[in-house]
Amino acid sequence: MIEALQFDFMQHALLAGILVSFAAGIIGSLIVVNRMVFLAGGIAHTSYGGIGLAVYFGLPIFLGASLFAVGAALLIAALTLKKRHRMDTFIGLIWAVGMAIGVIFVDLTPGYNVDLMSYLFGSILAVSTQDLYFMVALLVLILVVVTLRYRDILAVSYDSEYAGLRGVNVRFFYTLILILSALTVVIAIKVVGLILVIAMLTIPVYIAEKLSNTLFSMMFLSGAIATLFTLVGLWLSYTYNLTSGASIIIVSALSLGVFLLVSKKS
Amino acid sequence: MNVIEIKDLSFAYEKEPVLEDINLKVEEKDFLAIIGPNGGGKSTLLKLILGLNEPKKGTIKVLGKAPKASLRQIGYVPQNTNVNTDFPIKVIEVVMMGHVEGKRPLFGYGKHEVLCAMGALEQVGMADFAQTKIGSLSGGQRQRVMIARALCAHPKILILDEPTSSIDITGQRDIYELLKVLNEHITVIVVSHDISVILEYANKAAHVNKTLSFHDISDKHSTFHTHGNDEHFCEIELLQMLGADNCNTCEEEKPQWRLKP
Repeated sequence: MIEALQFDFMQHALLAGILVSFAAGIIGSLIVVNRMVFLAGGIAHTSYGGIGLAVYFGLPIFLGASLFAVGAALLIAALTLKKRHRMDTFIGLIWAVGMAIGVIFVDLTPGYNVDLMSYLFGSILAVSTQDLYFMVALLVLILVVVTLRYRDILAVSYDSEYAGLRGVNVRFFYTLILILSALTVVIAIKVVGLILVIAMLTIPVYIAEKLSNTLFSMMFLSGAIATLFTLVGLWLSYTYNLTSGASIIIVSALSLGVFLLVSKKS
Repeated sequence: MNVIEIKDLSFAYEKEPVLEDINLKVEEKDFLAIIGPNGGGKSTLLKLILGLNEPKKGTIKVLGKAPKASLRQIGYVPQNTNVNTDFPIKVIEVVMMGHVEGKRPLFGYGKHEVLCAMGALEQVGMADFAQTKIGSLSGGQRQRVMIARALCAHPKILILDEPTSSIDITGQRDIYELLKVLNEHITVIVVSHDISVILEYANKAAHVNKTLSFHDISDKHSTFHTHGNDEHFCEIELLQMLGADNCNTCEEEKPQWRLKP
């Protein structure tokens, strides 16, 4: 593993793993406490539509996927704020339509046959410098928003009705959380792929939730746990020549199992 | 002075009217009990007072202004404080949510906000639990924290929606004793099913079932006939008596409680 670090692609992979893990830990915490897991899953799959469009029009993949995912997030926010009880139906619909759009546009692209699997299961060994800039920018944005508006985000997440009565703009912060989730999902696709992204957003968070007294400590503990899982998964993937995204998720799931056993005993 | 004044109010979510011709005056330092059957419109009335719903007809004045303009002077304790108990949040953080917008630091909470929240916790007897995770408290303790959160904004009116629905009997008494103390300085409005308890503490009662009938019960012994020396309130009969002007449930049995004419 150490000798692998002299390769650029391996350095990029490690850096991307750490950046994405922290973003996923922080945003995953917000997704879990706001009970938006299914919603984030919907956005992840919908963003495949953006990948298809980007491929067809020759745009950068991250740009296409981000715009499409944010669009889906705004649409879901608008629909669910009015008819919350219908949320699951809308998400299921948007989920499927987004993927269908992606598949069709990849079909329409002449001579294009890039491996679909790399988006479904991630391609952390192919992270470019440009990708890294995008990840750094997003993590900085997340940190700024979460630290400066922590109390509003906390109030909306814990008790949105009361937050509204105390003058917090619930609609705004709900939408903001969704947009940040969409962007985080897009960068996490690079690491673990859109099918596995939900596990990355929830498993470390679930463990951290049990160990935390505050949302703030939960977010950063989740980030640290996610980083650990990613690095171990990456090492396994390199040593035994396995798919990196799947290795990360299996490491996470096994760790969760051990955690549950240990915490049940004590 | 009337802190709440409702005139000829009607409200409907869709076509079917939920509230009709509601008139209500709440005076300063009243302890008002809002009672009535499920689906009778109690919660809807609360939402109108909080400005969450707009009346279809009639007017509501809270502290002389429209409900939304007075929101900062209302302390509200919502129903169901048992939801979201897994949420990683400390008691003091929950209480500090009660602060209204105003001067606030760039990051975290101001010193004055922490002091104010600790004061509110002190008032409800929960200061020792400030650093505890909210999920590890009992239902009654959690309810006290929610009352502290409402007190954080120094409200003129405290409104509680079913505050004791998930608390054991002793816990219920404790909550009402606390409200009694708070009532020395602020107006208290409680929506409740536990009428036998609440009527001991309230001085006014409003029975809501689409329409509203109002009763001054500040002098309970002149309001109700007592059943011997037994200080027991029969809930069903009381509900019906407060709802209707005559008690018509007691035909077979001798009436135990009745409003004096």
